[in-house]
Amino acid sequence: MKELSLNVLDIAKNSVKAGADSIAICLSLDGEGVLSLTVTDNGCGMTEDVLHRVTDPFYTTRTTRKVGLGLPLLRLAAEQTGGHLSIRSSTAPADHGTELCAVFHADHIDCAPIGDMPSSICALVAGSPDIHWHFSDCTPSGEVTLDTDELHAVLGEDISLAEPEIQMWMREYLAEQYAEREKSNTKDN
Amino acid sequence: MKSLAELAAIREKMQSKVQIREGATTTRVVVGMATCGIAAGARPVLNAFVEGVAKSNVGDKVTVTQTGCIGICQYEPVVEIYEEGKEKVTYVKLTAEKAAEIVEKHLVGGAVVEEYTIGAYKAL
Repeated sequence: MKELSLNVLDIAKNSVKAGADSIAICLSLDGEGVLSLTVTDNGCGMTEDVLHRVTDPFYTTRTTRKVGLGLPLLRLAAEQTGGHLSIRSSTAPADHGTELCAVFHADHIDCAPIGDMPSSICALVAGSPDIHWHFSDCTPSGEVTLDTDELHAVLGEDISLAEPEIQMWMREYLAEQYAEREKSNTKDN
Repeated sequence: MKSLAELAAIREKMQSKVQIREGATTTRVVVGMATCGIAAGARPVLNAFVEGVAKSNVGDKVTVTQTGCIGICQYEPVVEIYEEGKEKVTYVKLTAEKAAEIVEKHLVGGAVVEEYTIGAYKAL
């Protein structure tokens, strides 16, 4: 994985597979260069036993092969910057779900670039348009957000967010927010 | 700036299209987007299909969807095209450029781009 946004695209699918109907993806970069990625879902959650094995490459839920590299690759990406990956999960009927948190040191030489986050978010929404997605990316110079509930409020429920026209709009919408933030960042410096 | 108001305008335009699609035969473009696909470059391929379909006139009969691991990871990025009444076409080792060509020749033009299919690849 050459970009962190590709890891995001990959691991958020675990939340989809867990049957979540609401998934939040938050990136946050503080003034000290610590970048944290949290993915929170209300899916079925994992038992203690599974939780201990998920970052083992030889554990997978897929049926086509015997290795699963999604979480191991994310853990590697975090640890090679001096960061870490932690996962909390609950299967309790009242508050089932999973919260994954990966911490990176963004100024470490081995920290992968974030890359094309708009494309990853769009691909996730297109892949599961009926899930409530909330995305935010905060840095000291501003925030980029997308909430699919807001889009549905305008579009109604009969138009799928997977429609190519909507997808194109969504990607532009995010790309412009990133460009705006970049501009204010350069101004500040 | 893109605004939610602009989205409302797109909605107006699309509602008529959604009605046309009801009952119409559709072609499905399925992009493999598991870890293997993503690592091999499936995201730009997906983007290219979405963009190509949005810009062409086939948007009312073609849907672009995603799937997990198809099981032939060494050939990723893999895309399968299902058309009603026709045999499934499996394209392998795609790039955004090849995807754009497939939109133009296969989805719009109706001709399979043989050289990018798994059959052609295996024959090499």
